[in-house]
Amino acid sequence: MGLVTATADRSTIRNFTEPLALIGAITASGFRRFATYRQATFASLTTNIMFGFLRTYVLLAVAGGGVVAGYSGPQLLTYVWTGQGLLGVVMLWGWSDLADRIRSGDIVTDLLRPIHPVVNYLAADLGRGGYAMIFRFFPAVLCGALFFDIYLPAEAITYPLFALSVLLAIVICFGCRYLVNASAYWLLDMRGVNMLWLFMSGLMSGLYFPIRFLPDWAAALLWFGTPGPSFLQAPMDVLIERDPLPVRVGMIGVQVFWAVLMLWLCRVVQRRAERRLVIQGG
Amino acid sequence: MYAKLIGAQGRGQASYRVSFWLDLAGTTVVVGADLISVLVIFSRVPVLAGFTLKETIVLFGLALMSFSVADLLVGNIERIRTYVRLGTLDTVMIRPLGVLAQLLCLDVGFRRVGRILYSGTVLGIALWVAGVQWTPSKVVLLVVAPLAGAAFFCGFFVATSTVAFWWIESGEIANSLTYGGRDFTSYPITVYSGWFRKIFAFGLGFAFVAYYPGLVLLGKADPLGGPPWLGWLSPLVSAAVVALAAFIWRFGVRHYRSTGS
Repeated sequence: MGLVTATADRSTIRNFTEPLALIGAITASGFRRFATYRQATFASLTTNIMFGFLRTYVLLAVAGGGVVAGYSGPQLLTYVWTGQGLLGVVMLWGWSDLADRIRSGDIVTDLLRPIHPVVNYLAADLGRGGYAMIFRFFPAVLCGALFFDIYLPAEAITYPLFALSVLLAIVICFGCRYLVNASAYWLLDMRGVNMLWLFMSGLMSGLYFPIRFLPDWAAALLWFGTPGPSFLQAPMDVLIERDPLPVRVGMIGVQVFWAVLMLWLCRVVQRRAERRLVIQGG
Repeated sequence: MYAKLIGAQGRGQASYRVSFWLDLAGTTVVVGADLISVLVIFSRVPVLAGFTLKETIVLFGLALMSFSVADLLVGNIERIRTYVRLGTLDTVMIRPLGVLAQLLCLDVGFRRVGRILYSGTVLGIALWVAGVQWTPSKVVLLVVAPLAGAAFFCGFFVATSTVAFWWIESGEIANSLTYGGRDFTSYPITVYSGWFRKIFAFGLGFAFVAYYPGLVLLGKADPLGGPPWLGWLSPLVSAAVVALAAFIWRFGVRHYRSTGS
C-alpha cells in the first residue's frame, strides 16, 4: 500500500507554488548539508589557494608583463583565482552521490519521491553551489587580491552577467556529472568513465590554461562542440571583460544552449535507465 | 611476510582484469593532461622564464619520474585518513608488524606502474630532443636524480599524511603540498619569485628534485647564479627529508588516539 501512496503523491500537488516550495526546501537542504563539512571545505580551499599560486606564477611568466592571447597580466590573475574559486562551485570533481545510490540501490527511494530525480538532485546541487560560492569562491579570490594585483571588472553590468553565467555553469556541470554518474545504471564499474571525465573536464573547461591559448579552430570546436568551456571559461571570460559586451552575452547564450541540452539529456538517460532498472534485494 | 601481502594484493587486483587495464590506462592518460598544458603554454611563448620547451620538458620528466616512483611506493599512504576515520588503523597497530609498512601493503597501486613507464618515455624523448652531451658523470646523475627525487617525494607523502592523526577530516590538505610540490618542480624555479620561490624551492627543498639536476644534465648555467655542484646535492636533501619524515611519522603514531568508534 505504501507504494501506491507514494506514486499517488504526484497528483496531489495542487498549484504551482507547491513544487516551487519543495524545490526551495531541497536547495536549502543542499546548502545546509555542505555547511556541515567545515573542515573539508577548509582543506579544499587550502588546496585551491596552493594551486592558485602555482598557476599565477606560470601564467605571469607567460605574459611576461605584456599581453598574451588578448589577456593582460592582471586579467590572467583574475582568471587563475576565479578559476580556483569556481572549481569548488561548479564541483568539477568528486561528486558520486547518484552513482553511489544507484550501486547501493537507495536510488529506489529517489524514484518514489513526488519530484523528478534530475530536478531533485539539481536543486540540492544549486544549494551546494550557493554555499561554495560563499566559502570557496570568495575566500580564494580574496586571497588572490591580497597577494596580487588582480583585474576587477570596470562595467557594472558585468556583475549580474557573471552571476547568471555562474548559475548556468553549475547547471551544465551538474548535467555532465549526472550523466557520468548515471553510467552506473549500465556499468558496474564506472572508473573508466570517471577517468575520462577527469581528463577531459580539466583540459576542456579552461582550468589548466585559458581556452584562447589554443588555436582558433580548436577553441571554436571546444566552445561549440563540447560543454567544457561553459563550466569555467565562460564565467571567467565574462568577468574578465576581455571581449566587448555582445561577445560576452553570446557566451552566456552558448551556456544557455548547453544547459538546456544537458538537462534534456539527463531526462532522456534517466527515463531509459528507469525502464531497465532492476532493484536488487527486498 | 610483506612480500606475501604485496603478492596477495597483486593477485587480487589482476583478477579483475578489465578493471585493472582500464585503471592502468586511465591513470596514465590523466597525467597526460599536465604535459598537454605545458605544450599549450609553450605554443604561446618560445621561452618561459629563460627556459625553452625542450629544457622545460626535461625538468618536467625528471619531476614526474620522481613523483611516479614515490607514488607507486607510498602513494596509497594518503588513504590513512580513511583508515583513521574507519578505525582500520587500530587493527593494523595491534599486529606485530611495522605500522607504516603494513599500511603500504594494504593497497598497492599496481596501476601506477603505467605512470612510471609514461614519465620514463617523456624523460627519454626530452633528453634525446634536447641533445644532451653525455658524459659518464651525467649518466650517473640520470640514475641518481630520479631515485633521490623519489625518496624526496616519499618523505613528503609520509610526512604530510601524518596530519590525519591529529585532524581526522583533513581531506585533501595533505595532497596540496605533495601534488603542489610536483607541479612546482615541473617548471623551472625561475618561473616563481619572491617568498613563494624561497619557501618551496629552498625552504622545502623542491628545487633539488628536478631543477638543479636538470641544469647539470642540460649543461646549462643557473640563471639564478647557483654553482653547478648544486645538481649533485639531491641525495643529501632527500636523506634529510626522509629522516625528518620518519621522525614526524613516529611522533604521529605515538600521539595517535583512535576515533573510538
